[in-house]
Amino acid sequence: MGKAEHHAVVDLDNDYIHAGYGVKSWLLTVDHKRIAILYLISITIFFFVGGFFAFLLRLELMTPQGDIVSAETYNKLFTMHGVVMIFFFLIPSIPAVLGNFLVPLMIGAKDLAFPKLNLLSWYVYNIGGIFALYALVNGGVDTGWTFYTPYSSTYSLSNVVPVVIGAFILGFSSILTAVNFIVTIHKMRAPGLTWFKLPLFIWASYATSIITVLATPVIAITLALLAFERVMGVGIFDPALGGDPILFQHLFWFYSHPAVYIMILPSMGVVSEVVSCFARKKIFGYKFMAGAIMAIAIFSFLVWGHHMFVSGQSVYAGYVFSALSFMVAIPSAIKVFNWTATLYKGNIEFRTPILYAFGFIGLFTIGGLTGLFLASLATNVHLTDTYFVVAHFHYIMVGGAVMGYLGGIHYWWPKMTGRMYNEAWAKFSALILFVGFNLTFFPQFILGYLGMPRRYYIYPPEFQVLNVLSTAGSTILGLGYIIPMVYLLWSLRKEKNVGANLWGATGLEWTTQSPPTTHNFEKIPVVTGEPYMYHQEAKSAA
Amino acid sequence: MWSFPLLPDSASTIADKIDALFYFLVAVSLFFSLVITIGLAYSAARFRKGSPASRKGALNDYLPLELAWSLIPLAIALFIFGWSAKLYLDMRVPPSNAMEVYVVGKQWMWKIQHPEGNREINELHIPVGRPMKLIMTSQDVIHSFYIPAFRVKQDVLPGRYTTQWFQATKPGEYHLFCAEYCGTSHSGMIGKVIAMEPAEYEQWLMGSSRAGIAMASSGKELFDRYGCRTCHRQDSGPRGPALDGLWGKRVQLADGKTVVADQEYIRESILNPAAKTVAGYQQLMPSYRNQLTQDQVNQLIEYIRTLAPVQEK
Amino acid sequence: MPHSPESVQARAHHFVDMEQQREAGTLGMWAFLVTEIMFFGGLFLAYAMYRAMYPEAFAAASHRLNIILGALNTGVLICSSLTMVLAVRSAQLGEVKALKRYLVATIVLGSAFLVVKAFEYSHKIHEHLVPGASFHFEGPYGQHAEIFFSLYFMMTGLHALHMIIGIGVLLVLLYMAQRGRFTAEYYSPVDIAGLYWHFVDIVWIYLFPLLYLIGRDT
Repeated sequence: MGKAEHHAVVDLDNDYIHAGYGVKSWLLTVDHKRIAILYLISITIFFFVGGFFAFLLRLELMTPQGDIVSAETYNKLFTMHGVVMIFFFLIPSIPAVLGNFLVPLMIGAKDLAFPKLNLLSWYVYNIGGIFALYALVNGGVDTGWTFYTPYSSTYSLSNVVPVVIGAFILGFSSILTAVNFIVTIHKMRAPGLTWFKLPLFIWASYATSIITVLATPVIAITLALLAFERVMGVGIFDPALGGDPILFQHLFWFYSHPAVYIMILPSMGVVSEVVSCFARKKIFGYKFMAGAIMAIAIFSFLVWGHHMFVSGQSVYAGYVFSALSFMVAIPSAIKVFNWTATLYKGNIEFRTPILYAFGFIGLFTIGGLTGLFLASLATNVHLTDTYFVVAHFHYIMVGGAVMGYLGGIHYWWPKMTGRMYNEAWAKFSALILFVGFNLTFFPQFILGYLGMPRRYYIYPPEFQVLNVLSTAGSTILGLGYIIPMVYLLWSLRKEKNVGANLWGATGLEWTTQSPPTTHNFEKIPVVTGEPYMYHQEAKSAA
Repeated sequence: MWSFPLLPDSASTIADKIDALFYFLVAVSLFFSLVITIGLAYSAARFRKGSPASRKGALNDYLPLELAWSLIPLAIALFIFGWSAKLYLDMRVPPSNAMEVYVVGKQWMWKIQHPEGNREINELHIPVGRPMKLIMTSQDVIHSFYIPAFRVKQDVLPGRYTTQWFQATKPGEYHLFCAEYCGTSHSGMIGKVIAMEPAEYEQWLMGSSRAGIAMASSGKELFDRYGCRTCHRQDSGPRGPALDGLWGKRVQLADGKTVVADQEYIRESILNPAAKTVAGYQQLMPSYRNQLTQDQVNQLIEYIRTLAPVQEK
Repeated sequence: MPHSPESVQARAHHFVDMEQQREAGTLGMWAFLVTEIMFFGGLFLAYAMYRAMYPEAFAAASHRLNIILGALNTGVLICSSLTMVLAVRSAQLGEVKALKRYLVATIVLGSAFLVVKAFEYSHKIHEHLVPGASFHFEGPYGQHAEIFFSLYFMMTGLHALHMIIGIGVLLVLLYMAQRGRFTAEYYSPVDIAGLYWHFVDIVWIYLFPLLYLIGRDT
């Protein structure tokens, strides 16, 4: 498309950031781009809160015995780390920040379908957050983010109910955003923008929204039942009173497994955009890539039982869930191979975003392959509930989802702010993150195979060396998260210094000025070409 | 400090089989990681911006390739699934000659009783070379009985029995962990599994200071003390069914269903008699939920198990 | 960008035309209703499982529900669906007066449902059938009957909450109708609220037999 020239003359103050001044103009905005910025601020705060908890956990685990916190505090720290990172950072991260900003821009719309609902969802998110913070200040919660019954419903003496209410409320924020995306993508695409011309980021956002709409209400009702049980003292999930704790696990994982894909699919969308852009080549196997996204979304609902192979679930259920879990490997493999193939005979420019994308592909590959160990029944018995699982899901969620998120932030930051950050620092921090991440989490695979259970405050001394390595890595990792914070904020001090399309990327979001005006497009664009048509002789073999 | 293990002890019949599968998975993972890494590195180096390498014939899609990297991983996945599923079945179904041990988990300790009567806390003595079956339940929250050196783990639930089995292959002391988060001292709910030569184990059983009355004898005592015999005897008529020879039989229930008389059924009948009423009887029995501990229920089960069939002689 | 007066009033700036706005609203409500189905679905699953586990206890507990009040409420809700449909039809035809009349009728019927429900709840409180410390149920099934009543109160309580929200929405529509906001060209809020109202009715159509009727003959 490459219509950057249209906006050669930019009125400096005619953009969404300068569309209004003062706190009120932000808190009452219905502009999807401003709401994205509001989300960016909220989730960044929660990210550093959750990260701080993680750092304390790693410090405590430097030595086998208890040192800096008590067992009770340790349990509360890992619970709040999980709750904050999953519910308040990872799930809203890409959809609520990048999705909010980009979905209308990428499909040539002026806003999301329901702008007021969009603002409401941000407020709902923060109300949920206030409940969680209230529980935290009031003494915390110690059930683990999984809230397994009957510990959470009967035995725990901590603030289970406020946290559960917080997560319940937060669910509505996710649902409102998801409904907004589904309707927007269905009904508000620019003329000519058919489904198979959509950028893969849109496909990923769409699939994520479908999962959110179907899965989130189930966790909501499950948590409502849990709160009811705890408040009224009845036994819906407590076997002492006739209830069934396994039912809770089924309902919990029916949401929480798909939630993994809520976190990772948007990152896959980001990586597809970035890889294609900096390889200057159309994404390889576009239709397979779109199909793989939808396949993952569908499979995500059929595999929850693989969290329960040693729970007392029947052997046959184990077989079915194991077989279906292996099926997820196929679309995941398709994606990784296609990204790799996209680079082949490309014209690769090593700018910051693609370094994050490389990091994503590598770490996601390891995370995905170690998932096979856990989908496989016999090895799962030994590995489940050990540090192997901890390492595996951090490779997916931190190595995968967070790398993708940061890659996306670096890719679209100039679009969002009109400013370019210092790339030397940015590349340095991408490297720091990759090294720090692997040092933190790779030793945990070994710890898990050795048999160190997760959620252990004290541990046998022979596990210490690997734990020290992991803690050392976490320090580097922490640094890797603070540096981008600094240079990204620093970039805001500069004058607006980028044009509409500094990467020379395709996609409608790059045809409008940076930062865009409140209405995104002066004229609704008409789409005629395929997506990712970068200038080169690549052609279809089919 | 620097002599630390990278591989876990392998001390059960299943452990080596799990390890074989594990190493195969490691090999598969290494292979695919290498393919991806080499692919990325090659393209990154050769096709960097401005490099002279030819870009002629670049493709945007190629169906045979897509099929290859869908179907080959599918085949490998199915192969691993089959291998793993077979192993899993072996792990789940205990041999019929397995020796049994009762395990009760509670915050935050493991209480163990051997049928011979020996009690242990946070320790489990077993003979090597003999299959051992653990019959486990919890008094409070969910725990998980995990012996890494044996590669076995099973959640221990309140309100029902779960089982697991293993056969130790070499004498020694091994870690016993609780693997399901269970509250403040979760990481303190640990212990030792002590595998001994069978002769030594016999000696331990007999000589241990904890050696006591066999579980079945304790159960008989309870059976008498709580007056169970008043209703459950050969001539008790319509008050209650006789229990002789009950173990392992199919019981006809009032609602037309049948159920096998195993640990689970007997436990439920003691704690919640209303749940399943035997055909031909009225529901008269009160619940003993608040009078019996889980250990005592286990002892009663062991006793009822020993009641030989009377009429079939 | 020029705006004709009526489009300023009815069409939000970011939609291309009224058609797109109407379709977006309808699809949004359908997507939301899918969420609602999954929300109640969790409860229905729990109900199905515990009924299969404790059929006698559930039958015994079900006997304590007032089948006449339940049936009456079912009738009331079905009638309210009819008046809701008539309200939507009137809105389509631009008959604002009829629209207001049917909205009022729907609100009255919905409120009647809640009043009857409140009577039922107060009976249950009186009979110590509210789960918790004061729960009391004669016979061998007390514990499992408590699970039945936990589910009963969760399911009917959430349903009643949806009714209250629905009535609130209808009141807003009534106010908008009073202000003359609806025309034969612009009535999609009424249409969308109708979808929601019917959904809430349908949930009750499932709740009534599950909670009041099944196992009644044993």
